[in-house]
Amino acid sequence: MSMQTNIIIAGVGGQGTVLASKLVARAAMDAGLRVRTSETIGMAQRGGSVVSHVRVSDAPIASPLMAPGMADVLIGFEPGEAVRSLAFLRPGGTVVTNAQPVAPVAISPASAAYSGQAMLERLDGCGARLAVIDGASICAEIGSLKVLNVALLGAAAGLGALGFSLDQFETAIRESVRERFVDMNIRALHAGARSASA
Amino acid sequence: MSGERLLMSGDDAVALAALHAGVRLGTGYPGTPSTEILETFDRLGGRAQWSPNEKVALEVGMGTAFAGARTLVTMKHVGLNVAADPLFTAAYTDIEGGLVLVSADDPGMASSQNEQDNRHYARAAALPMLEPIDSQQAYDFTWLGLEISERWKIPVILRLTTRVCHSKTAVVPRDSADEMAEPRFERDIPARVMIPAYAKPAHHRLRQKLAEIADWNEQDGPNRLDEGKAELGIVATGIAAVHAREAAPEARQLTIGLTYPLPLDRIRAFAEGVERLVVVEEGDPVLVDALRAAGIPAEGKPEMYRFGELNVERVRRILAGDTSPEPIPPKGKPPELCQGCSHRTVFQALRDLDCIVAGDIGCYTLGVLPPFSAMDTCVCMGASIGVGLGMRHVLPEDQARRVVSVIGDSTFVHSGITGIAEMVYNPPATGHLVLILDNGTTAMTGQQEHPGTGRLLDHSPTGKISFEALAESMGVQNVHVVESSAGEEGLKTLIAELLAKPETSLVVTRQPCVLAAPKIRFYEKAAAEQLAAEKGCAAEPAG
Repeated sequence: MSMQTNIIIAGVGGQGTVLASKLVARAAMDAGLRVRTSETIGMAQRGGSVVSHVRVSDAPIASPLMAPGMADVLIGFEPGEAVRSLAFLRPGGTVVTNAQPVAPVAISPASAAYSGQAMLERLDGCGARLAVIDGASICAEIGSLKVLNVALLGAAAGLGALGFSLDQFETAIRESVRERFVDMNIRALHAGARSASA
Repeated sequence: MSGERLLMSGDDAVALAALHAGVRLGTGYPGTPSTEILETFDRLGGRAQWSPNEKVALEVGMGTAFAGARTLVTMKHVGLNVAADPLFTAAYTDIEGGLVLVSADDPGMASSQNEQDNRHYARAAALPMLEPIDSQQAYDFTWLGLEISERWKIPVILRLTTRVCHSKTAVVPRDSADEMAEPRFERDIPARVMIPAYAKPAHHRLRQKLAEIADWNEQDGPNRLDEGKAELGIVATGIAAVHAREAAPEARQLTIGLTYPLPLDRIRAFAEGVERLVVVEEGDPVLVDALRAAGIPAEGKPEMYRFGELNVERVRRILAGDTSPEPIPPKGKPPELCQGCSHRTVFQALRDLDCIVAGDIGCYTLGVLPPFSAMDTCVCMGASIGVGLGMRHVLPEDQARRVVSVIGDSTFVHSGITGIAEMVYNPPATGHLVLILDNGTTAMTGQQEHPGTGRLLDHSPTGKISFEALAESMGVQNVHVVESSAGEEGLKTLIAELLAKPETSLVVTRQPCVLAAPKIRFYEKAAAEQLAAEKGCAAEPAG
């Protein structure tokens, strides 16, 4: 029986989803596993939705893209984006989401204001294992808004959902980010993990 | 380097292969999803340049290839429309150095104005086309493309798609090519001067080359057979091939790498060995039509799967002949103009003045979305000026006076200059107004340089085109430069004044892109320091 972990990372442009997928890929390569990732790039640079597919396996993987119902883990950088990608999650999968919403600017006055809470309720009712992470608090604790990605990764890893230990992610961080940002990211990784188990 | 397993995108794999294969020059115009190829090639130490547009990029590439240098030319799918003029006749010529032209298609339109399928170009221009399924093949086919190109003295199209460009998969690189001969001009007039007397035999030569390449493709082409049960045979290309492997791992599958000219005998033999043959391809029914035209009975996909990207689920549906409506994915958060973006002021002014706005391609196309909704047309690079002029020519005067063409700095250089020539030459009775939204970078594709920034691809200084001086020299009657930080009111007043005049006008609104501004300041400082250092050296007494 081959081992395979399929991860969807959903956010909006500028939140650092690409580094998160890079770190999982790095950890997989280090472990001698096969990995395929796919990002949406383009309009994403202007704050639009971004979804990364990350597929890890000990056997060859064909497609870089998952079909609906195939993801073991869904990491949402924003509750609405998590809901939007929910169709990818398999029954009994794990959702790790940031609690804070990022509202679209162009909400028409006639429509109801965008509520992150409604999105979280939707996630809560979907039958998946759910961890809601207070990303803003972790970022404040670490002192950088840029560590949301690694904090969420730490939360998913802390739950054992990614198939890699926090130590493996520490190594991947050391290999992937510039030296002066290593400590900050490792602290965020552990803060995320603690937050998920709390 | 050899033997090491690297995780990289298809774009980066093309760049690495170009480096290893000894490409002397990479040239292109930025466009998602192709942009990273030349940036990576530059970062790896290759020589890479942005051209003003794709036509010029391909022409420069033909020059380097005629001179015997290995050449890489990159562009997005719609860029090949701009480069189509040189492309079709380049096919007739004999080139010396290998030339691989990357066409990065965008099925599903992640960041494009259409989802045209550039496989049609291979057949239309009669050029070989390679289609990788992943980063390893992107690497291998770049190299193979150069070899095919040199063996048959013909440009080769490497067609990537968004998912091949931007997916990361493992690549095992090869050893670098041996040192290649220095470029040297060898005169061969009948092979490179396409007047009818030489072009007529050249067309026959081209067809002969294609026949030979087709023969080679039958036996030795980069086509892969996955054994499987005879009940279902799949012929597939590109990213669709990997989706098919996952959707039907039990099927027998022939994945075609050199998709033009096709290995039709091999496909026919494959077809004869299976009970049911299905063609799995993204986009238009190009491959299935070719098989049917060759008398190979094959099933295609239902029409609904022509649209958008394929994925494993959609391929499953194709194989099952399922035409039931697909679930509609929830709408994503739309992109928007950045907070503090200089374009915001312009679109507020255009909205307040109720202008009819002929728009163009770039970040500023987002001016079409609320809260501005200040764009009325957007077709292709540079179209804003011609479209605006056309509307001015026929609309009643009260409407004609409200027509404004809006174009970005990089897009203006790409294909707006001929629009200005048209405006000066055929001015509408009410005059016209063109706004160049100059944010000092090719922002949409990730802040690339262009001939209006005064910096090269690697951000070092070079010559710079002044839009205002250009417009004046071309005979535009009113030319103004406005710092858009000057505020909306001043801009609004100026636009209103110019719209009231039956004259030709051009306004450059100038303010750096908020995302690029810190980098631009850094490059400018570095350039100033370098200049000062050079002056300092020059001031030293000779000795």
